[in-house]
Amino acid sequence: MKAEEVLSIIDRHQDQGDGLISVLEEIQSKYSYLPPEALKLVAERTGRSPVDVYGVATFYKSFSLKPRGKHLCSVCMGTACHVRGASAVAQEFTRQLGVKPGETTPDREFSLETVNCLGACALGPVAVVDGHYFSNVRSSRVKQIITDTRAGLDDAERRADLRDFILNVSCSRCNRSLMDPDHPIDGSPSIRVTAAFERTHGWLRLSALYGSFTVESEYPIRTDVLVDFFCPHCHTELQGASHCPLCSAPMVSMIVRAGGIVQICSRRGCRGHILDLNGSGF
Amino acid sequence: MISLTINGLPVSVEEGTTLLEAAQFLGFPIPTLCHMEGLSPYGACRLCVVQLGDGPKARLVSSCTYPAQEGLKVRTASARVVRARKMILELLLASCPQSKIIQDLASAHQVSQQRFRQEHEDCILCGLCVRMCEEQMMAKAIGFRNRGERRSIGTPFDIKSEQCRLCGGCIYVCPACQLRCTYTEPDKAICGGCANLSPPCVEKEQFDDMMCYMNPCVACEIEKD
Ligand code: SF4
Ligand code: SF4
Ligand code: SF4
Ligand code: FES
Ligand code: FES
Repeated sequence: MKAEEVLSIIDRHQDQGDGLISVLEEIQSKYSYLPPEALKLVAERTGRSPVDVYGVATFYKSFSLKPRGKHLCSVCMGTACHVRGASAVAQEFTRQLGVKPGETTPDREFSLETVNCLGACALGPVAVVDGHYFSNVRSSRVKQIITDTRAGLDDAERRADLRDFILNVSCSRCNRSLMDPDHPIDGSPSIRVTAAFERTHGWLRLSALYGSFTVESEYPIRTDVLVDFFCPHCHTELQGASHCPLCSAPMVSMIVRAGGIVQICSRRGCRGHILDLNGSGF
Repeated sequence: MISLTINGLPVSVEEGTTLLEAAQFLGFPIPTLCHMEGLSPYGACRLCVVQLGDGPKARLVSSCTYPAQEGLKVRTASARVVRARKMILELLLASCPQSKIIQDLASAHQVSQQRFRQEHEDCILCGLCVRMCEEQMMAKAIGFRNRGERRSIGTPFDIKSEQCRLCGGCIYVCPACQLRCTYTEPDKAICGGCANLSPPCVEKEQFDDMMCYMNPCVACEIEKD
């Protein structure tokens, strides 16, 4: 841990008027845990007492005061996942990794933890590894998940998505399909919309693979530009109801044919998205 | 001024007065445990429950934290209040039977046994010590850590606090363990009332550890390791 790094994190958040939790979150994402010296620095720099900082850091389960591994596996033990056999999944993780929940493998590669509901109960049993969600996990799949994680999940998930995560979407107003089979991206039909930005107006195609962020467009769009998305059939704006969890730009929403809504961030280059499936099509 | 009735007696109090203060003003006794004059109300022990209203809509609130409101009908000793109070005392006895204060409160309310699993907690999380340390001693050396079942009191990282001024205030107010400072000689006690009980840090098998947060302990001069 470097004091200057921590101090710069703290100062940046203080300039933005952020609270204690965002500071701790960023420190944790940098070091995978909250080093004691960092907590001391936070207390000193923000004028809080060490007791308060320590109290907050120990209150939330997502903060860890012990060093964690490179990869974090969270197995959901919430009620819905539990009745669908989450404990067998957790046991299998324990067996494969050789550590109990709350522990880290000696080689500092994996940390295992159990959590109480990830808010995706319909997909249970759910496990989250390095921010990637795995649904309907069976013990037999655990080994593969761990192997994929070692290989790098960003690639592995792309492969897995080819198999089971193609989003078939339609306009929320006219309900006509936005899928464009004539112009496949990533090997499957793309999603076609009309994009408007900075007085330019043209088509835009998105990959329908969940987890892929490939975009093609008629005109180049600079990163960070906010784009308005329209239905190519009824020309209604595909306006989302919420704001991007990553950058707080307005969201664009589309109906998922299998039941549910997918929202994506309207900022070019931002990967923020919300997938809310209420059907059991997945 | 706010007018309300307590046990049928009308009383007018200033805005911001708690129900506990209003009742005490009229002379109605309400037992308290986590309340102390000079410290902010906290509402941890629930011993000071009173009943608001009558009939099916009546509800129990902790009087030490509830501000007086116009027209409230408060009862400090209804059957429901007494029942709740006794239950709370039983629960307190179940978790911390060695506390002189809890014993006295229980016997004052004719609670002589409890029906739960007997434990010997060295802390009932009343928060008195934390408030004492912060509000009167201006030290903020100790605080709450963790949550739920694992909630506990102590210094950050359980190491000697740079903020602690070794005043002993936390020990002095602690209902679970004022006997902490008796060691084996009652005449060394801050509170001599517990000489009939064994000091927690000597009877180690029953307690996790010495329970005061002072290091070194200036009250009893035991070397801690
Ligand atoms: S002895 Fe230390 S911890 Fe206890 S009240 Fe005094 S300053 Fe606070
Ligand atoms: S240590 Fe004593 S005063 Fe502090 S919270 Fe626990 S019981 Fe209350
Ligand atoms: S060490 Fe602390 S708890 Fe033990 S007798 Fe001394 S003051 Fe009391
Ligand atoms: S119970 Fe596992 S996601 Fe809700
Ligand atoms: S005295 Fe009111 S809750 Fe403890």
